Amino acid sequence: MNWISEVVRPKIKTLFKRETPDNLWIKCPDTGQVVFHKDVEANQWVIPGSNHHMRISATQRLGLMFDGGTWTDVTLPEVAVDPLKFRDEKRYVDRLKDARAKTGQPDAFRVGFGEVESIAMTVAVQDFGFMGGSLGMAAGEAFVKGAMTALEKQTPYILFAGSGGARMQEGILSLMQMPRTIVGIRRLREARLPYIVVLTNPTTGGVTASYAMLGDVHIAEPGALIGFAGPRVIEQTIREKLPDGFQRAEYLKDHGMVDMVVHRHDIKATVARLAGLFTKRPAIAA
Amino acid sequence: MRSYLDFEKPVAELEAKVEELRALGENRDAVSIADDISRLETKAGEALKDLYGKLTPWQKTLVARHPQRPHFVDYCAGLITEFTPLAGDRKFAEDEAIVGGFGRFRGQAVCVLGQEKGASTETRIRHNFGMARPEGYRKAVRLMEMADRFGLPVLSFVDTAGAYPGIEAEERGQAEAIARSTEMQLSLGVPNVSLVIGEGGSGGAIAIATANKVLMLEHAIYSVISPEGAASILWRDSARAQDAATNMKITAQDLMRLGIIDGIVVEPTGGAHREPQAAIKAAGDAIEEALNDLGNMGPAELRDHRAEKFLAIGRKL
Repeated sequence: MNWISEVVRPKIKTLFKRETPDNLWIKCPDTGQVVFHKDVEANQWVIPGSNHHMRISATQRLGLMFDGGTWTDVTLPEVAVDPLKFRDEKRYVDRLKDARAKTGQPDAFRVGFGEVESIAMTVAVQDFGFMGGSLGMAAGEAFVKGAMTALEKQTPYILFAGSGGARMQEGILSLMQMPRTIVGIRRLREARLPYIVVLTNPTTGGVTASYAMLGDVHIAEPGALIGFAGPRVIEQTIREKLPDGFQRAEYLKDHGMVDMVVHRHDIKATVARLAGLFTKRPAIAA
Repeated sequence: MRSYLDFEKPVAELEAKVEELRALGENRDAVSIADDISRLETKAGEALKDLYGKLTPWQKTLVARHPQRPHFVDYCAGLITEFTPLAGDRKFAEDEAIVGGFGRFRGQAVCVLGQEKGASTETRIRHNFGMARPEGYRKAVRLMEMADRFGLPVLSFVDTAGAYPGIEAEERGQAEAIARSTEMQLSLGVPNVSLVIGEGGSGGAIAIATANKVLMLEHAIYSVISPEGAASILWRDSARAQDAATNMKITAQDLMRLGIIDGIVVEPTGGAHREPQAAIKAAGDAIEEALNDLGNMGPAELRDHRAEKFLAIGRKL
């Protein structure tokens, strides 16, 4: 033991960290332009100038949606952990542990209940930061629980989709989440409750091929990658370069798969307006 | 000509010897040769039974994809009379990767559909190797809507590596087409039975496999992604497909244990491709039994049964 190993450096480091984030500057992936972290945060994580919509966490998303940034978290069901005892280059339980430590969340979904422009709503958010937002048993149960909460509270159900697709480490059990989530959607349809999907970057695979493409309305964030097969898989299959803008939000709108491409600043108001119309709320006096 | 898989080599050698002896026997009338033949045949039969009794998940993958394995058109020919195929999604095109129509199953009028991989170069191309485009799923929805309206059970046969990943498929909403087809099945007020006859590949399979009763042939596989796909994503090496096949739990036996499927149809020794007619008959018997089980349920009850069944999956592991 000498003074070097006993030095209390970590403490000082965390103290500093609170004051100055690691990434004071953010480089725009589209234009390469470098912008101040605080400016991006103040702009709802959209890069000023280039309008690149950055990925945000489920917590950030719920904060942007609900009035006053407050909501009640819906308790999500616990599921069996690693039923297949799966291991690739790493054990699945270790991957899960890492993702939990990184995000502070139990899995890729977070569901909140609260008011959006004074309308009661249930909002589910899929967090790409948690293992690519992948759809496993926990996410499937969370989606269903969100739908049941909306049903119980008789509110519209809003889903922010963001996922690379099924969680392969859960094998067939992840595939089964496709019909399972649709069971939830069918209950909403029977109860005549609106189900609005906001597609964020990226939404692909089994998520798109189930609950993300069955909304009453599909809203997409600008530039979001949305599709069934990933661009790499398609390129390998057809051995051709993909056209510019392929599978982007704007392309999907051109092809009739989404209703509108909406800037992040306007998503809350758009969702509230649609929910107001579908639930026949009286017009707000001008 | 029978084609053998690599792991069937011991059986192939024995059967080749039997053939040789037979050829000899035609020239001479030798009683001893007949004895040799029957001894070798018994040995080959035992070797085959032994091999197929303990196939690894990867070997099952190869059997499930065996070129001589009976395909949907064979099941259709063997089990459905008065089969009347219908074409087109009424929106864009006809997609022969999914074949479907109406006919009689053991006398009862039914809607029947399935993925067809094709058996020759020409038919493989025509059926796009069983990989459907959005039009295939939209045709399936169209047929199921009719079945629901006319009160006819829906039988679906699953055999696909997956939905087709291509530019036009994306352009026309592959994901949406799969999702709608799955939703259509969940809304059916008539009984539906699915049978995985070869490969049940991912979303492309679930789009026609969301049924009151889901059955699998003994050596069929059903998975979230092909073993090769999982290997290239998780191991970054598609040569690790064998490991992926083992880890993902894709066999009928594993899926039965996990509570994903409702029954396994036993195949003839050596796989369905050895005795296609026996395999097809066994499949028919299993489907008949499944339909009988569902026979007394009304529309609402059938919908609830299906929804509750899928909701229960994974909750008791």
